[in-house]
Amino acid sequence: MRVNVTVNGRRMAADDVWEGESLLYVLRERLGLPGAKNACEQGECGSCTVYLDGTPVCACLVAAGQAEGREVVTVEGLVCGDDPAGEGGLHEVQRAFVAAGAVQCGFCTPGLVVQAHALVERTAGRVPEDAEIREALAGNLCRCTGYEKIIEAVRLAAAQRTTATPSP
Amino acid sequence: MDFLRARTWAEALELKAERPEATPIQGGTDVMVEINLDKGRPAALLDLNPVGELTGWSREGEWIRVGAGVTYARLIDELGEVLPGLAQASRTVGSPQIRNRGTLAGNLGAASPAGDGHPPLLASGGIVEAESVRGTRLIPVAEFYTGVKRNALAPDELIRAVRVPAAAGPQYFSKIGTRNAMVIAVCSFAIALDGSDRPEARRVGTGIGSAAPTPLRAVAAEAFLAGELDWAGGSALDEEVARRFGELVAAAAAPIDDVRGRAAYRSHALAVMARRTLGWAWHDYLRAGRGAR
Repeated sequence: MRVNVTVNGRRMAADDVWEGESLLYVLRERLGLPGAKNACEQGECGSCTVYLDGTPVCACLVAAGQAEGREVVTVEGLVCGDDPAGEGGLHEVQRAFVAAGAVQCGFCTPGLVVQAHALVERTAGRVPEDAEIREALAGNLCRCTGYEKIIEAVRLAAAQRTTATPSP
Repeated sequence: MDFLRARTWAEALELKAERPEATPIQGGTDVMVEINLDKGRPAALLDLNPVGELTGWSREGEWIRVGAGVTYARLIDELGEVLPGLAQASRTVGSPQIRNRGTLAGNLGAASPAGDGHPPLLASGGIVEAESVRGTRLIPVAEFYTGVKRNALAPDELIRAVRVPAAAGPQYFSKIGTRNAMVIAVCSFAIALDGSDRPEARRVGTGIGSAAPTPLRAVAAEAFLAGELDWAGGSALDEEVARRFGELVAAAAAPIDDVRGRAAYRSHALAVMARRTLGWAWHDYLRAGRGAR
């Protein structure tokens, strides 16, 4: 079947989609967006987290057909500015991950960045407590055990958010 | 595999009547796991996401009618005051991403004995609203579970909503797992105290999860406790009563040894959870000034 979906602001169509296929597979294998990662395929690890109509979800648990006509934003869609390929184009949450060294192997990073982005957006104007950050990131596993730096990155991004003018 | 897309509830019922073998999919947090891991391949998926009628909840007298498309995230945000037991259980479901998609009706459809939504529904006496082109059936939750991952739905029926009485007293949910998130319950327990002004209406509700082939009530424990609590006098909880309540709850279960825990551990944990949740609930009951009148 064909699936029409708006991804990162662009209307896209995927053909020959199997009816049992996940949104994650469509994004990675049919639409050339490998940012969201495929790991557990059962919603345990959060590395495939994307926005579906503005809500963070595990793309591996959304049937491709359920995304028909809807809006998806992946980690690739968070970049902004004039230089999307360079570091200057990164979203402040992404820059905070770089600054805090919140990356080891990097496999969990795209999902964590999207989920952290959602938290920072929701708590705009204040820096969330550690317990709130941990709760928000509870569905994102990092097997390099890099959580301390990741939480630091979220604090950093939220702090920058409270002092800087909001980004688009 | 076919992908059937229902745009309205009427259309969903017609599609389910035509294709009773189709698996309904809402949040996908159970259905997609089965497909991704090749544990089962439905003949067809019936997507209910576009059905707007399912995404709301309403208050009808003393009952809350929760549409089948209401996510756990919304249950927590919007119904925490009126359905506290259910909201507590919802907070322990998976992760934020899972709660953004998963639904109580999906929990019922999957009918896993470990589903977190079941114990509070049993404790508060919820009713499943099942519908088909033939009409509507109201199935008490306690009669809904018929076996491991089996329920009382007919092949052409879909869950329209879950009706839950607004809390008439303290409610608590407790769950054992290896961490505080992303955990399938080793076992779980819910309690609801209904401290009505009318003595004959006072009741204790219970629900046990992940400790028998189906979620179930601890009926003997409920009757024992309802008779022992000092509802009107408001005296402190008798420790011996709490201990006996825990024993009766554990005795109602029929746990097995499996990858998540041993049967003996589950029985022990159930007794502890029953005692503790009763302690919290009675504390709230007294603090609200429910006794002493």
